[in-house]
Amino acid sequence: MKQSRRPLSPHLEIYHFSLTMALSIIHRITGVGLYFGTGLLAWWLIAAAAGPEPLALVHSMLGNWFGQLVLIGFTWALFHHMLGGLKHFIWDTGSGLEPEQRQMLSWINIVGGLILTGLTWLFLVWM
Amino acid sequence: MKMDMRTPYAKVTGKGAIGDGTSHFWRQRLTGLANVPLTLFLVWLVTQLAGADRTEMIGLVSNPIVAGLLVLTIVSVCWHMALGLAVVIEDYIHAEGLKIILIIGNNFFALAIAGLTIVAVLKLSFGG
Repeated sequence: MKQSRRPLSPHLEIYHFSLTMALSIIHRITGVGLYFGTGLLAWWLIAAAAGPEPLALVHSMLGNWFGQLVLIGFTWALFHHMLGGLKHFIWDTGSGLEPEQRQMLSWINIVGGLILTGLTWLFLVWM
Repeated sequence: MKMDMRTPYAKVTGKGAIGDGTSHFWRQRLTGLANVPLTLFLVWLVTQLAGADRTEMIGLVSNPIVAGLLVLTIVSVCWHMALGLAVVIEDYIHAEGLKIILIIGNNFFALAIAGLTIVAVLKLSFGG
């Protein structure tokens, strides 16, 4: 399929920016972030299988404040993307598509993702 | 249920960005659904073993259910992520040559992560 030189119809330029629009692109961005983030999970497990020195390297790289920040971000991306996926399942059935319902699901997605991230780190990591 | 949801005409013309959208949609939903319990399990496992030494990791992963669930998680996650990124590539890359290269890279990356991580899990599971 050759690249056409015809002009594209405007989209980002003209559509009123909405909550569902923002969450849609965030769902994609968290998805791509998670995609590359699996490399971290793989690195940890492969290092553990390889030996004590590779594992110690993982601990030092991910155990410092920056590594922990990355992991918190990864946790948030995971929960936000998961709740987004469940939201999409609801929409797949055809329900929840009215304006008020969309807004409600969007807010549940945002707040739920933050809460689950906080709970995980509070109770499973720091305690 | 038919394994192939495409009509003969669709197969022959192969229209659409990848020429095979319906089964992609279904597999994306299927792996997404499986991912819900599996990644919750993964979060539990990671938080249990974060910072732990090899002996402790081997201890937990040598449980066959833990190892089995871990393998299933890796398979489902890698499949889901490959499907997802394929859509992203199709959405933004329209030059056919570059698209094909990235689709191949996407699949190889997902396969590499899956293969190498599963072998690592098995090695830990069998005693390290």
